[in-house]
Amino acid sequence: MIKKNIATNEFGFVFNPATGDSYSSNPVAAEIIQLMKDNHSLNEIKKILLDKYEVDKLTIEKDVEEFMGLLKENNLLSN
Amino acid sequence: MSETQRPIVVALTGLNAIDSPGPGVAVARAVRDGLQQPVRIIGLAYENLEPGIYMDGICDKTYQISYPAAGPEVLYNVIKAIHEKEKIDVIIPNFDAELYNFITIAPRLKALGINSFLPSFEMFDARDKLNLYDFGQKHGLLVPKDKAIYSINDLVQLGEDFGYPLVVKGKYYEAVVAYTLEQAQKAFYKISAKWGLPIIVQQFIDGTEVNIAALGDGEGNATSIIPMKKMYITDKGKAWAGITLEDEAMIQLAKKFVAVTKWRGGFEVEIMKTAKDELYIMEINPRFPAWIYLSAGAGQNQPASLVKMAMGEKVPAFTSYDSGKLFIRYSWDLIVDVSRFQQFSAFGSL
Repeated sequence: MIKKNIATNEFGFVFNPATGDSYSSNPVAAEIIQLMKDNHSLNEIKKILLDKYEVDKLTIEKDVEEFMGLLKENNLLSN
Repeated sequence: MSETQRPIVVALTGLNAIDSPGPGVAVARAVRDGLQQPVRIIGLAYENLEPGIYMDGICDKTYQISYPAAGPEVLYNVIKAIHEKEKIDVIIPNFDAELYNFITIAPRLKALGINSFLPSFEMFDARDKLNLYDFGQKHGLLVPKDKAIYSINDLVQLGEDFGYPLVVKGKYYEAVVAYTLEQAQKAFYKISAKWGLPIIVQQFIDGTEVNIAALGDGEGNATSIIPMKKMYITDKGKAWAGITLEDEAMIQLAKKFVAVTKWRGGFEVEIMKTAKDELYIMEINPRFPAWIYLSAGAGQNQPASLVKMAMGEKVPAFTSYDSGKLFIRYSWDLIVDVSRFQQFSAFGSL
């Protein structure tokens, strides 16, 4: 899950206070981060997105997993 | 004027707010912000073009003082003469090179009624570039290998021992990353011509530059610790922008340094954080950094706390600060009438 101290805002700005790094995310990425911060599991997040957007399950699976990889690569996930 | 209305008089150096700035302007600003009483700032300047002399809202009065090479006796007499006019309560030296003199005369200044909050010679020497590696070895802190050299011929052997790139550093200031023997030789000549010998050659560590500004109470406790990452670095290696970090490992490192040295006063730790999150101490500067106003911006006003501690007040250790606070330095052209410049140049005060 996402590190607890990661700061975000409604415009998709993401800040890691441990490294001082900041990122801009698109609205869907910001939504995923917010859902993670609200303690939703990965499966719940996928389902929420699937219900909300006109997209097939496979694409959601792929995009969310890819985004998780990006968060991990940037050291934004807790172990 | 009653005694309670009298402003607290703080004298300080380091008014050279240039591209490689002294901390004086930032310290003055923080002291003005952080004390709940009127403050009178007395600037002590070495040169007549130090911007802090002329900046509005920084110094109420500035006096020219002699260079550190003149020695402690000359410094004492100058400060004593200024004190007779200004009744200084606290003095804050902000340059590494002047600290030896200030530490030497601190007891005599105290006898005049001028308080300071400085490290002892023992503390001061422990973090000296020449002793830092041994200090790290003794206390389990990571410090890159280094060697002080007096001859350019030693560079050849050190190149083989450390490999390239390596860092060529002056005793007090300046550091150059050299990628070849020729670059190292050039840096040796350039830095030794300016700052003298020895030259310190240090193993190069790759990573992110992070710094800590901290304040020790002289009894082994850190009153304040603020970790910062450099976001924009000038060609002189100075932070032009930086951001406060939430980094427990950096805080623990500073606490350990204060605990083992019983550091009294402000200091800065320059660190290289590697990709493996190792914290290599590159330097420990025995005074506040030029970016110290960020400590006030993040909620731990270190210069104001130092003034209180110098006056004998017990300042409790800060327990929190804002991470994600940035400082962004800027340059600004002051317009100064020549008469003010003449006044300072001719009479040594403004």
